[in-house]
Amino acid sequence: MKLGALRLVPAPLAAPMPAQRARVGSGELLSACRVAREAGAELVALWVTDDSDRGEGFCVRVLLRADDGLLLLEHRLPDASSRYPDLASVFPSAARMQRAAFDLTGIAAQADDDRPWLWMAAWPIDRFPLRRDFAASPSWQPGDEDYRFVRVEGEGVHEIAVGPVHAGTIEPGHFRFQVVGEKVLRLEERLGFTHKGIEKRFTTLPIAEAPRLAGRICGDSTVAYAFAFAQALEGLAGVAPPPRALWLRALALERERIANHLGDLGALGNDAGLAFGLAQFSRLREDVLRGNRAAFGHRLAMDFVVPGGVARDPADAQLSAMRDEGTRIADDARALRTIYDEHAGVQDRFRTCGRVAPDLARMLGMTGLAARASGGTRDLRADFPGVPYAALDVRAMHREQGDVAARVAVRFDELFESLRLVGAIVDALPPGAIAATMPPRLPAGLALGSVEGWRGPVTFAVETGTDGAIRRCHPHDPSWQNWPAVEHAALGNIVPDFPLINKSFNLAYSGHDL
Amino acid sequence: MLHILRRIAATGIVSEPLPEPADEATLAARLQRDILATLGRALTIRHVDAGSCNGCELEIVALGNPYYNLEGAGIRFVASPRHADLLLVTGPVSKHMTAALQRTYDATPEPKLVVAVGDCGCTGGIFGESYATTGGVASVIPVDVAVPGCPPTPIDILRGILAAVNARQA
Repeated sequence: MKLGALRLVPAPLAAPMPAQRARVGSGELLSACRVAREAGAELVALWVTDDSDRGEGFCVRVLLRADDGLLLLEHRLPDASSRYPDLASVFPSAARMQRAAFDLTGIAAQADDDRPWLWMAAWPIDRFPLRRDFAASPSWQPGDEDYRFVRVEGEGVHEIAVGPVHAGTIEPGHFRFQVVGEKVLRLEERLGFTHKGIEKRFTTLPIAEAPRLAGRICGDSTVAYAFAFAQALEGLAGVAPPPRALWLRALALERERIANHLGDLGALGNDAGLAFGLAQFSRLREDVLRGNRAAFGHRLAMDFVVPGGVARDPADAQLSAMRDEGTRIADDARALRTIYDEHAGVQDRFRTCGRVAPDLARMLGMTGLAARASGGTRDLRADFPGVPYAALDVRAMHREQGDVAARVAVRFDELFESLRLVGAIVDALPPGAIAATMPPRLPAGLALGSVEGWRGPVTFAVETGTDGAIRRCHPHDPSWQNWPAVEHAALGNIVPDFPLINKSFNLAYSGHDL
Repeated sequence: MLHILRRIAATGIVSEPLPEPADEATLAARLQRDILATLGRALTIRHVDAGSCNGCELEIVALGNPYYNLEGAGIRFVASPRHADLLLVTGPVSKHMTAALQRTYDATPEPKLVVAVGDCGCTGGIFGESYATTGGVASVIPVDVAVPGCPPTPIDILRGILAAVNARQA
């Protein structure tokens, strides 16, 4: 990243793509972000680490991604009362990350919005789970919290509160609509219901259990999470997985994308009133999951990706069955796409519904699938192709309209591309070992992992201490960047279209709430 | 429309028989008989995600696909706990979901069956008991049947539902 005017002194950082880290002083953090943004960089993640046990205070880490790689800005704070600049004016998606960082570490940005984001009174407001001296007490009882939603006033305006328990089989979250008639004037999200203390858990579990935990942060993206976590651990250890393992990981990742896109395409048809679509696509999804069970030992391929490689080697017959099944699914999905495209009722619901225009998407810093439906073109598989993607010529799909129809179209396009990739991977899968040996003890350090999951980039930052244990682990889901966009997408639409709009994004709750 | 009908005809019926029962009666018949004896009508389920990773949800949703054809057995997911006979609860019960889970349970009419789904619902799973999690559904509301697995397969979940209906009947 060209930050010449800033006189930063970058050092290399272990990651699956070019990456550097640089210390920034108090006046430099905001200006570094501004310069980076002007150079086209996006905010990947923001988190805070308590280093007071080392006498180093706290560290605010801001991870940026530009066309030429990742840049980690590290800003030291001497004590817990120090604050750091509000980055939301440069990167709007930083706002919630800063609030979450405060809930967990007590380190605040100089921001106007001092409401909690993940905290809901399960622990005392003046205790911070990611502080070194944090000790949970069994006497703490979940309390009540008085969250300040923004209200719209005026004649005929009323409020609809939805969740956390929703009408369908989905994850819990709260949506507060301000409506007039059935038109949405404002939508405000409240997340954090599934907060499970995952970042803390990483520092207390034996390291052998950590990959299982990584694979259970977000069940629909278990391969992407296990994959990115393994990359970070391999970066720390200096271990390179054998080629066959890398190809098999990509196979599992594409199968995960296929299964999720199939599931969403069916659910989106159903939400638009076409139950036929749900029956057809859920049948195809089940076929994929059964294939996963045979080849990877698990319907969702949980625990298939492990640090060093993969956990099992699928038989040739299972691999060729995947390729043949892919051809059949592609044929069926093409026929179903024609039906969706020609169905007036479905198209009436899909088109112009829940629109996020490309300018707004760029301003918000959207990422992944939803960004690509609003004019974005970034896809880690195409932008930073390692093994095997460099050999597969991945096409990043994109649309401009930014409506439900565009998010459906990107899913269809990516479904066909991933089915092609599965065939290509099976055809060219190199022979050999499926895992490299990881050292019994990891050296101290910091490393990153980042993988284009089906929703977008899934990123891990893992820091180990001198004892080889995990000192800090920050997983980051692309939903952080895209949840704010859902609030915009709903504006001006009618309340009954919200389930369709929400499903068209299908963002993570557990992956976000941690 | 013609396209849709053609595709339906070409797909045919893919629904598989429900899992093999221990006795000679087919499980589908037994399931319907048990549901009728216990409830006098179809079984309605309200799902509550109490902090799951979403893995269990995927397999619960899969129960509705044509292979398992849950509705064909008289089992239906409903939008409100007030319409439900049975709660299907997933997750290690995050502390942030305890109040919502308790209120959902309170809103559910008798027979108020509860099936805890997944390793997390059974014991807290990999998340255990912590400042943010309670360590399982039974630590918040009474549980009739616990279905282990990470996540359990659709068939395992279906067996758990049947076991809960049977247990209450006995």
